[in-house]
This record gives sequence, C-alpha cells and structure tokens, in this order.
Amino acid sequence: MRTSDVLSSAASNAFRSKTRTALTVVAIFIGAFTLTITNGLGTGINLYISDTLASIGAKDVMTVTNAPAKVVDANAPVAYDPTQVRTSAAGPPGTTTTFAALTGTRLDELRQVPGVQRVEPNKNPSVNFVQGSSATPYRVAIGNLISGMRLTLTAGAQPNNDTAAYEVAIPTSFVTSLGFASDAAAIGQQVTFGLNDANRVAHTITATVVGVADAGLIGTVPSATPNSALRDALYSTQNTGLATTANPTYTSATVWFDAATMSDAQVKDLQARLKVAGFASSTVADQIGTFKTIIDAIVLVLNAFAIIALIAAGFGIINTLFMSVQERTREIGLMKAMGMSSNRIFQLFSLEAVIIGLLGSGIGVGIGMAVGTVLSNVLGKTLFSTLVGLKLIAFDAASIAGVVLLVVAIAFLAGTLPAIRAARKDPIESLRYE
Amino acid sequence: MSAPILSVTDLRKAYGRGDAAFEALKGVSLDIAEGESIAIVGKSGSGKSTLMHLLALLDKPTSGRIDLSGADTSKLRGSALNRTRNATFGFVFQQFFLNANASVLENVILPLKIAGISRRERKRRGMDALAQLELDDKARNKAANLSGGQKQRAVIARALVNNPRVIFADEPTGNLDTATGAVVEDILFGLNRELGITLIVVTHDEDLAAKCSRQVVLRDGVIISDERRAA
Repeated sequence: MRTSDVLSSAASNAFRSKTRTALTVVAIFIGAFTLTITNGLGTGINLYISDTLASIGAKDVMTVTNAPAKVVDANAPVAYDPTQVRTSAAGPPGTTTTFAALTGTRLDELRQVPGVQRVEPNKNPSVNFVQGSSATPYRVAIGNLISGMRLTLTAGAQPNNDTAAYEVAIPTSFVTSLGFASDAAAIGQQVTFGLNDANRVAHTITATVVGVADAGLIGTVPSATPNSALRDALYSTQNTGLATTANPTYTSATVWFDAATMSDAQVKDLQARLKVAGFASSTVADQIGTFKTIIDAIVLVLNAFAIIALIAAGFGIINTLFMSVQERTREIGLMKAMGMSSNRIFQLFSLEAVIIGLLGSGIGVGIGMAVGTVLSNVLGKTLFSTLVGLKLIAFDAASIAGVVLLVVAIAFLAGTLPAIRAARKDPIESLRYE
Repeated sequence: MSAPILSVTDLRKAYGRGDAAFEALKGVSLDIAEGESIAIVGKSGSGKSTLMHLLALLDKPTSGRIDLSGADTSKLRGSALNRTRNATFGFVFQQFFLNANASVLENVILPLKIAGISRRERKRRGMDALAQLELDDKARNKAANLSGGQKQRAVIARALVNNPRVIFADEPTGNLDTATGAVVEDILFGLNRELGITLIVVTHDEDLAAKCSRQVVLRDGVIISDERRAA
C-alpha cells in the first residue's frame, strides 16, 4: 500500500464513526485549548517584561556599588562612619547593609577592571517640586536616564543626553495637573523645578518638556526623567556649598560594557572580576531574571494541568481506537489475507490517532488563540488598563507549533497500543470473528 | 508436464499442545494442476478449512511442505509472502466481507490498493472487473445497498481484479438462494474455463462439488477419496 493511500484510508476511517470521533476530538480540544491559553499567558507576560526592560535600564549597563562591608540588624543602632552609606535595599529582610561610598579613586579603580568600557557615577538629585503653567507646584521624583535606556512614550521624544539644553520627560499622570491640555500639548512647554542647595537656599531650574512617558511595570512611582545636562545642573545646584564638592562621593555608579559582542558567560566573568576588585554589581538581566523565573514557574504549573487534561484525552483515543479495531477485525483479517503487511496495518491505525490529535489540537489552538486575543484585549482595557502595553495573552509561532506537536505526539502514543493489537491480529482468527 | 501450481506433501496441522492437542490434518498429500477446478468437500471439523488456509499461505503447517509452482513456500517470509499472496490468490467468502460503508468500486480495488497500484490504474482495472460481472452501473453505490447476489458478484470482482492464478471460494453460495447461487456458480466456472484461473472451492454442498472437475473428500483430517470427473 502506498503511503498516500494509508493516509487517505486512515482519514476516511477516522470519520467512519462520526459521533465517536467527534467526542474524542472534543476531549483533545479541551486539553489543547487550555494549553494554548496557559502558554499564551506565559508568552504575553514575559513579552511585557522584556518590553519594559528597556524602560528600567539599557542592556549594556550594570549598576555597581562597593561590596557590602557588613549586614546588620536593621533595628540595631549602627556606629556612624562618614565614609559608609547605609542602605536597606539589599540583604535579607529585617537587615540592613552598609557599604563604603564610591570615591574618585574607587571610580578610577573601577575603570581599570578589564571589560569595563565607561564608568559614570550615579547622580541622584532630589527636587522639592515641579511647576507647569498651572499655579500649584507638585512633588515629584527624579528618574534615572542613562544612555540606551528608553521610556515608553505616549507623546514626544526621548530626552536627549547629547544636548546642553535642559530637557525632561514627564509622567502622563502629571500632564493635566501641570496645566497642559493633553500629552501632545505638553511637548515644548516649560516646567520649573524647585530645589534647595546644601545651605538651604532655594533655587529654580527651568526645562523643556520633550516627552510624556507611561508608568512601566517596574519603577511604578511616577517620576520626571531629565537628560544629562538637566541632571548635572540639578545635582550641582543641590550640592552647592557642600564641603565635599572638591572630592565628591557617590552611592553607586553605572558601568558600560560591550553587550553586542559579550556572551552571557562573559558578562558573568566581568561580574566575577568586579567582585574580586571589591565591587557588587547587578545587570538589568539580573533584575528581570527574578521576575521571569517566577512567571515561568507559574506557567509551568498551569501547563502541567493542561497536560493532565491531554493525558486523559489520550485515554479517550486509546478507547476509541480499541473499539475501532474490534469493529474492523474482519476487515483487518481480509486485508492481511490479501497481503497487507502488519507494518502497514499499524500505520493505518496510528495515523488515525494522529488525525484525531491533529483535528483536536487544530481546533483547540485556533479557538484558544481567538478567545485568548479577545480576552487579552478586554482585560487590557478594563482590569489592566493601568499597565499600558500589557498583552496578557500573546502567541508566538514556536510555542503554538510546540503545542500542536505535543498533542499529536500524545495522540500517536495513545494510538500505538490499539495499532499494535490490530497489527498482531491473525488473519484466520479475524476472518472467523463474528 | 509443468509443475502443479500447488502441491502439498504429508501436510499435518495440530492446534494446542500436550493433552489438549488436536490434529486437524493428519498427513494430506495433494497436487493441484494449473487451470483445475477442485472441490474440497467434507463435514465441519473434517479439516477442509484448515487445508484451504494452508494452501492460501495464511497459516504455517506443523509439518509437511507446500510448493507453489514448484517452489517451497516455507522459505517465504514477510513482504515476499505478502506479495505472493496479493499477486497469486483471490478470495471469495461466504460472508462476503465487504466494507458496508465504502462504495462498491472502493471494495473491489482493495487488493490493488494493497499492492500499491496507482489511483488511475486502480480505477480502470476496478471498472473492468465490475464490467465483467455486469456491476459497473453499481460502482458508486454503497456496498450495503446491494442485494445478496450483487454482493457476491462484487466479491468475485474483488477476487478477480488483480488477475490471480488461484481463486479460493469458501462456501461461495452458502448465503444465497438457489437461483442466485446458480448464477454465481456459472460466473466462477466461467472464469475457470475462459481465463484458466485455478478454482479451489471449499464446500459441504455436494451439488456444487459435483460441478468441479475434481472432488477431494476429507474426513477427520485425511483424504478419503479423490475423484476426477471425466471432462
């Protein structure tokens, strides 16, 4: 028998008992549908995290501090050391970490570590208020913008780090309060930042709004993002009259490395070298990785449930095909008497299982994608409207193909048992069978 | 004289083992010449079905040998055995064994499909075989919708479609009334006479057996008579 004939015979056999086949297909459909949705959930959330990655920080940078000197109880009094910075960001909960501030010499040492391209101390100025065309000044945080980092904009452009002009991107939630008609109308307008210097003298600095940005998933506190020129101006104004102006110290620094040519392993090597030199470092991938690990674990558990449904459906296939083999005992005997090989009989029945699997997974994946897209659009507009850009359920070709392949593989495996029984049938016994 | 198409020597077939063993054939020797029409007659349990299955190479004997055109068949295995069965034999069964939901043509071309013949060639030869049995107008009908006689004609068309050298007929008229049975008999003997196809009929119907050129009577697994009718 030709392979094409085996295929067409298997297809017509699959539809010989329509109700039975339809019910088995429904069982497969449920499994494939669930797997499509859960997979889409993983794809969608991870895609959103990757997209927002750019708004947290660029891929070719890492944040570097001096290695923690000691981890102490957060509630215990800590002896004062003018060179030490105290932070509660790192370390186990309930503890606080102290580490030495980065001085000019330490920054120079950092520049000597092989693989480090550029080092820039992080200047974190804070301002008292921001005021637009309306009368009321508002409290605001100053965000970080390092080269390569991109904000998710609703209007305008990214703040330009290469210009001497003072530019700023404001959060979209501030637009109306600052007295602008719309996101687009805010572009090109002036805003004024108010801040105090070290001697508590009030200063104001005026900047041009170049962009309006969305709040991302991470760093959800709305903050104004200045360009380098504005940041430097705010920082130097704030530190005017400070005793340490001649020899400033910084909490952290940003290190650039060659992300284009370095593999992940080489980045890890660089981090190891930094550790040897007494620095602690974290890349954006380190911060994102934690999120992705959690999402992947949740999706894995959901997928496991879908696969349990598919395995149950696999038993449905076994049952259906056993009945089919039983019903067609004489036909199998006749075909064998006419010289059909056992191998071809096996293929005939296992292909029938594969066809049922393909049908169920095709319908399941199709409807799953349709329902997932609608659901994701509706949720995006209602429940998750604050998370702009989130497509809760997204699909990529590879994972969809993976779902179909998995279902077909399960169907094939389920089909082997009845197919082996059919292939082993003795033609004489089968022809006698009533 | 050329070698007989089928020749069996001291054929024995036992089922089961030990005390429960039952010997269905107890040393049968028989030569069947090409173009003969031979009836294997006997009561149920005489071993006639077992002999037919062995002759059609559907089963292996416990001992003894079966030669097909002078060649020992015990050496045939796997695909060679399947090809030989497909190309050499046609089967006509009492219970028809038609696939009720498939069309008459689909049923008839099944041996060609198994042989791996192209779709177009299958259809041409299938229609030829149906025309030979005056069933070509029913080619598209479902097999289930045929009358008993038409069904048996479709079965004969199926046995004939691959130009076999031997047709095995197991009680071919058992399920038919006398008139239709006679028509089917005429067709089978016509094929034997005109195309020279060897016809091996297994039956307990003595009238049918009498129409064959040779009658072999089996009882309890041995041949008790082997008579040739004068042509």
